[in-house]
Amino acid sequence: MSSRFRENIEEALFPPLVALLVALICGDLLIMSYGQSPAIVYRLLLEGTWGNAYGFGQVLYKATTLIFTGLAVSLGIRAGLFNVGAESQLAAGGFLAALLGLALSPSMPGILAVFLCIIAAIIGGAIVGAIPGWLKVRFGAHEVIVTIMLNFIVLALLNYIVAAKLHVPETLHTPEIGNGGLARLESFIPAFHGSAANLTIVVALIAAALTWIYLFKSRRGYEMRAVGLQPEAAEYGGVNVGATWMRAMVLSGAIAGLGGINYVLGYKYYYEEGFAGGSGFLGIAVALVGRNHPLGVVLAALFFATLSQGGLAIHAFVPKQMVEVLQGVVILAVAMSVPEVRAALRRARKPATA
Amino acid sequence: MNPISFLTQMIRIAVPYLFAASGGVIAERSGIISLSLEGYMLTGAFSATLGAHYSGSAWIGVLAGMFGGLIFGLIHAVASIRYRADQVVTGIAINLLAIGVTRFFLKLAFASSSNSPRVAGFGGNINAHGFDNPLLWMGLLVAPVLAFLVYRTPFGLRVRAVGEHPAAASSLGIKTSLVQYVAVAISGILAALGGVFLALDQHQFTDQMTAGRGFIAVAAVIFGRWDPVRAALACLLFAAAETLQIQLQGNQLIPSQFIEMIPYALTIIALAGVVGRAVPPAALGKAAE
Amino acid sequence: MTAPPTAMGGRENLAIRMEGIDKTFGSVRANRGASLEVRSGEIHALVGENGAGKSTLMKILGGLQKPDAGQMEVNGRDVTGWSTSDAIAAGIGVVHQHFMLVPTLTVAENIVLGMEPRNGIQFDYAKAVADVQKLSADTGLAVSADSKVSDLSVGEAQRVEILKTLFRGAKILVLDEPTAVLSPPEVRELWAVLRKLRDAGGTIVLITHRLDEVIEISDVITVMRAGQTVDRLQTSDTTPAQIARAMVGRDVVLSSRDEASALGARTEGDDATVGSGFHPSDDMTSAIRVNDLVVMGSRNTRAVDGVTFSIRPGEILGIAGVEGNGQTELIEALAGLRPIASGLMRVNGHDVTAENVSERRDAGVSHIPEDRHRRGLILDYSVADNLVLGLQGDYSRRGILAGTRIEENAQKQIETFDIRPPSKELPARALSGGNQQKVVIAREMGRSFSILLASQPTRGVDVGAIEFIHSQLREARAAGKAVLLISAELKEILALADRVAVMYRGKLTKVMPIESADEETLGEYMTGSRSESAA
Repeated sequence: MSSRFRENIEEALFPPLVALLVALICGDLLIMSYGQSPAIVYRLLLEGTWGNAYGFGQVLYKATTLIFTGLAVSLGIRAGLFNVGAESQLAAGGFLAALLGLALSPSMPGILAVFLCIIAAIIGGAIVGAIPGWLKVRFGAHEVIVTIMLNFIVLALLNYIVAAKLHVPETLHTPEIGNGGLARLESFIPAFHGSAANLTIVVALIAAALTWIYLFKSRRGYEMRAVGLQPEAAEYGGVNVGATWMRAMVLSGAIAGLGGINYVLGYKYYYEEGFAGGSGFLGIAVALVGRNHPLGVVLAALFFATLSQGGLAIHAFVPKQMVEVLQGVVILAVAMSVPEVRAALRRARKPATA
Repeated sequence: MNPISFLTQMIRIAVPYLFAASGGVIAERSGIISLSLEGYMLTGAFSATLGAHYSGSAWIGVLAGMFGGLIFGLIHAVASIRYRADQVVTGIAINLLAIGVTRFFLKLAFASSSNSPRVAGFGGNINAHGFDNPLLWMGLLVAPVLAFLVYRTPFGLRVRAVGEHPAAASSLGIKTSLVQYVAVAISGILAALGGVFLALDQHQFTDQMTAGRGFIAVAAVIFGRWDPVRAALACLLFAAAETLQIQLQGNQLIPSQFIEMIPYALTIIALAGVVGRAVPPAALGKAAE
Repeated sequence: MTAPPTAMGGRENLAIRMEGIDKTFGSVRANRGASLEVRSGEIHALVGENGAGKSTLMKILGGLQKPDAGQMEVNGRDVTGWSTSDAIAAGIGVVHQHFMLVPTLTVAENIVLGMEPRNGIQFDYAKAVADVQKLSADTGLAVSADSKVSDLSVGEAQRVEILKTLFRGAKILVLDEPTAVLSPPEVRELWAVLRKLRDAGGTIVLITHRLDEVIEISDVITVMRAGQTVDRLQTSDTTPAQIARAMVGRDVVLSSRDEASALGARTEGDDATVGSGFHPSDDMTSAIRVNDLVVMGSRNTRAVDGVTFSIRPGEILGIAGVEGNGQTELIEALAGLRPIASGLMRVNGHDVTAENVSERRDAGVSHIPEDRHRRGLILDYSVADNLVLGLQGDYSRRGILAGTRIEENAQKQIETFDIRPPSKELPARALSGGNQQKVVIAREMGRSFSILLASQPTRGVDVGAIEFIHSQLREARAAGKAVLLISAELKEILALADRVAVMYRGKLTKVMPIESADEETLGEYMTGSRSESAA
């Protein structure tokens, strides 16, 4: 039993470790091409992120959004589906939350208002997730292309609504919500002063825990993973594959939509054009590096958030764009190592012949 | 609205799509998913700018752009074919990588986060409406040339066979991986030329100047059912819609955002099979043996 | 077992000589010291049941696989481990059972693929068409060179495959189960073509399990069984019965209980029902009744073509037959995994024809699928999780899995069924074939059921586990369950069944009480050399 546990760990951890190694090497090259010393730059990166409270707060803030999108993508993958639409699901969730926030009367108690806005965010993302789900089940339309296309459509639609009807003049955002939102962490922990980190991180961790429970402890989660692993065996086990796909896309969209509250309820208290900022796509990287497991997603989210914030911290020495290069390299490296590691491990441990 | 100006503007808008979609067609016909067209385009645009800047010649820029596209195409090919990585993921990774690399070297070479200095390019004569840009002519020719390649040459036949039934092809001694490598390399070069056109037409590179054109090209490939000529027509259709929106700017008949949506909505409709099925090559996305 | 007789005459005449060929895929030994000798200018039949190793041997000959051990000579030249290109260049042409044709390309394009005629840089399609038409006329294999392959009939597609090999100058033709998808007139056409090719100096190897055809067309027969070559016969000197015996026999030592059963030591009386197989009182007493069942297969054919039978509680009905005659589709339809095109299925008097998998399970139907790796187990799930596959609803409360109950169930099943290693957390992938099958059986038989659909229950399972599985099936019968046993292993059917039917080409050909059945008779029904319909 312990050897199987070890094998599981190997297959799960090797790819991210490989990726980390590749990222380090690449980082070294890029830093040196700028005439800087990697050691100094890496130290600066760590100091600017985990080394001070403000930086750490920013890391937490960025990681929060990535946890949501990472969970969303990984849930889809567990069901055998590739959700590339987290970007627009995130935006739609944030938008609906902001919309409801505007509509609610300012006299409503803050907690209730926030709660309702959270529900709105979930619904917003779920709707956008349901569309590719339905198209797949009904028409067999591949969810990768549909979600990519839908990203553009939804973002254009939101752009229109805000630009045409709702925006505060001279800006690209909606008016501020009156009821307040999710408190910033700085109000509890003064050290975080100035950072955008807010209570949404708690929601994110709860979401991760709930996702874990759903996937590994619930009946529908059992069925969903079965569909993702061996759809024919799931069918044999009485599982309705189409309904499972639909469920997966709706839940995936819902989680991504929920991520919108980080910005809309926790940071700026309004919806702003482009606030998603690529987090939806980065969620794919987070899911991949996190090996589609809620715990891995949280860790991977922290990793990518650290990279992102770290880029700002080292900006004086190396352009922060280096981080973007590293992101791409890490994703490629992990994607390449997953099948390779699996094949190598399989060769190494041949099954006992009867 | 002047029909001549409409047509010329439409063509100028269509050229990047034509190049990129052609690249997408050949790669996907060979069975490799091509979501990386955006990345190839951006790389091509930047490499061309670098080349034109350091050499002073636009044609060197073109070669540099093609080379950049080739490199990125090969990265995609190695990851997808040799390492059998998930082709959707590698496509997205290439796009992210292109953004990062172009931004990084933009800073490094030109000390700017937003744009390069002005470089040698093509065109610029207002009266010629862009037709003094040789790349424009190339762009118009790319689809028929690709159609010829795919349907009239032995290589094209093999590409089609590998994309539909790789086992059949390899049972006849065809090296399926090699066919796919070549197809993806070509796609990288072609899509990059789309970016080269953009950069050299504007005589400079600006950050993320491709602005999602690569995905419109993907839409064109699918809407055109993976046929070079149909995909080209789709490109023209999408370009026409865009031109319409630009020229009707003042009228505000239909908000611009809805015109933007057209290519994407049409593609979803095509996938759902509402107007006849868009069936991809049968072996698309499956790593060849 | 004595070595099979070798070819007469000197070695110089040998077009093909394969000896001592071993090939293993994972844990499956497809070829174990297999051999083959084919002389030039003969039509040689390679026969054996599914899984006997015929296809693998021919894939090695064609260069699609490399042998783990052994030697191969073609026309006297050592060619062991060569590639497909080498094989093609040496004149070997393989026509696969599942056609290797690109559906979206035309006939001519498929045939010239890889050696396309050129006109400058262009592909000279007109010449390709002309060349194909000429070859077609010369060989008598009629094809329409300009048609898309997806538009062709199966017979036409096969002709294209043959032309593909001849276009490359094939002199040795290997056809893998060519008649599986042909109608009788198309089969006759094929024979004409093969005879013509032989007369023109070609050598033909025919892989098949249809003995009537073997007798009709071949000159020499090589029989394979369980990866080995077991016999070599001159067609003119042999009988279908002899061939069938060589094909279906097994040298696994059976337990004395199995032997005793096979020899007729049973206590229950059986109805000597022949024909449509039911009594007026059947409605009341049958646990499962199936009437005129039709199930569609691939290419819009009727895989199950009007099957009728019933099984009483406390009875095992065995359906014998070589795989590919509709058994898979039949049992999938009964389990709810495949739609029933027409006909009726009743369980304990209740019509379940339109019910889905879960509903049938609730109605008391348990299913041991023939492919445990694809259907029966989720290999990455633990043993405990696999033991509740299909039952996850029963093992959850308000949507949450009842972890403790699942673990207790696993513990109990592991002990009862002696699953090894006795760990409920191990992924199913890590178990041996026999133990994996035990997991499936523990799950399907460890719950409350009234009907058991058991498809190839001991395939790929070691001897010890076979004995165990057989005793489980007997216990089920003793406990009053109705068991449908589908197996390609005749000895298994004979040891366990109360009544036996044979499935051939989608129809149930004969239902007989076990006393009237023996290997030879059943073998003849199984291979089509005897046929009396059930209805």
